[in-house]
Amino acid sequence: MRLAANARVVAALGRRSVKQTFRRPQFLAPILLFPSLLLAVNTGGAGRATEIPGFPEVAGFLDFELAGAMLQSTMLVGVSGGIALALDIEIGFLDRLVAAPISRSAMVLGRLAATAALGVVVATWFVALGLVFGARVEAGVAGVALIFVLVSLSAMAFGGLGAALALAAGRASVVQGIFPLVFVILFLSSAFFPRELMLEPAATVALYNPLSLIAEGIRAPVIAGISAGSLLEGLFGIAVVGGLGFALSALALRRRLRTG
Amino acid sequence: MSGRIATVRALAFRGLNEVVRVPGAAIPSLLAPTIFLLGFVSMFGNLTELPGFTSDDFVSFVLPVMMLQGAGFTGAATGVNLARDIEQGWFDRLLASPAPRPVLLAGMIASASVRALLPTSVLLVVAFAIGADYPGVVGLLVALVFVAAFAALAAAWGIVLALRFKTQSAAPLMQAGTFMAVMFTTSYAPLELLTGWLRAVATVNPVTRVIEAVRQGFVAGEVSWALTWPGLVAVAGLGAVLVALALRGMARSGR
Repeated sequence: MRLAANARVVAALGRRSVKQTFRRPQFLAPILLFPSLLLAVNTGGAGRATEIPGFPEVAGFLDFELAGAMLQSTMLVGVSGGIALALDIEIGFLDRLVAAPISRSAMVLGRLAATAALGVVVATWFVALGLVFGARVEAGVAGVALIFVLVSLSAMAFGGLGAALALAAGRASVVQGIFPLVFVILFLSSAFFPRELMLEPAATVALYNPLSLIAEGIRAPVIAGISAGSLLEGLFGIAVVGGLGFALSALALRRRLRTG
Repeated sequence: MSGRIATVRALAFRGLNEVVRVPGAAIPSLLAPTIFLLGFVSMFGNLTELPGFTSDDFVSFVLPVMMLQGAGFTGAATGVNLARDIEQGWFDRLLASPAPRPVLLAGMIASASVRALLPTSVLLVVAFAIGADYPGVVGLLVALVFVAAFAALAAAWGIVLALRFKTQSAAPLMQAGTFMAVMFTTSYAPLELLTGWLRAVATVNPVTRVIEAVRQGFVAGEVSWALTWPGLVAVAGLGAVLVALALRGMARSGR
């Protein structure tokens, strides 16, 4: 009974968050527009990179870049979710939720459910974009389904980090300020280029960056096919990011509720 | 005349004040070009191995792109700030003042040109530290003039959109416009190495001429009139169109 009630709250808050994103272009545009533009520029500008000795066997540079674009987009989903949560704090909506007879974890889970749903939107957008412009998913329909799952879970994991930051700072401008950090972490991974061909010290950092694991997990079905190794690596990367996000969110929420 | 100059100066200083008084908003645009430079060099540095690449130093090749990107984002921020002023009613009070509207526009654009030198300075320090070639005094001056001019263009673009939509929600459109203008050029590689549609777009994009004008000192080590005048023509042409549109928007405001 209690579980069903919590599920209803999570679903209602999730729906609200998704609607909020679609109603405010300043939230939606960065999620899809900027990664799409960067994908277009990367593909057209660095497309000949596949001719560099040591570049993995791929049908085209777009195939290789799709995973990076999806990962960037899911990170921005996380930031966007964090900004929306911080705005909820600023306008007092979170206080009203706290005063309501609902589970406190449901408040954060509602937001994360929305980020997972937006992850599906992201995956749909980029898979469609890729297919329209000539990319091919080597693993077929099963590979596409796997991409949807990984991208959705990634969005949820990054949503946890965004929520933690929002709960800790309580101000949208602070969450907005980490926007450049998204690019730092992303550029220091193999999201857009093979790690073996990156320059030092970025190549070494990329080796230990969990984003590299997630990117390679999403990329494998596109360029090679489904492999247990890549899938497990991707899931491990998501678990690292998600675990950190959820732990920090729980701590931040507890602290916020204690201090008021 | 001196009153008009004082108005332009006051508005330009107001734009600069925001950097100091709202650092949280300024820091991302201050650091973003440097982050992009380091990221692009780390990822795509090996593109210089491609046959036909006109430089063996990717830092020097891509630095001008990031200088213009920083200028573009600074200019777009001017549009966002104007949208905020419109939302909060401050712009209405400005329109009610005796200052002519072209003077108000000049003040906002001037603030963008000056502000653009801040991210450029950070960028240059980092770029030289990681090995970018020094373009010489003339090369550097030419680059800075184009950076200031491009920030003015981006500011005019942002102002046109701010006056049209009157909301900060238009910010992504302002930023995306400048992003595309700079990146849909020879930003990553020489024209001959670009593929597909980007090559066609870069060929006709006037900002390609601006990038080549800024790039000449860093890559060739010297400044030539042959690479400078197309950049000047591109800036003048884009400026004429964007400033005309911004003036029209200013003239229609409050009516």
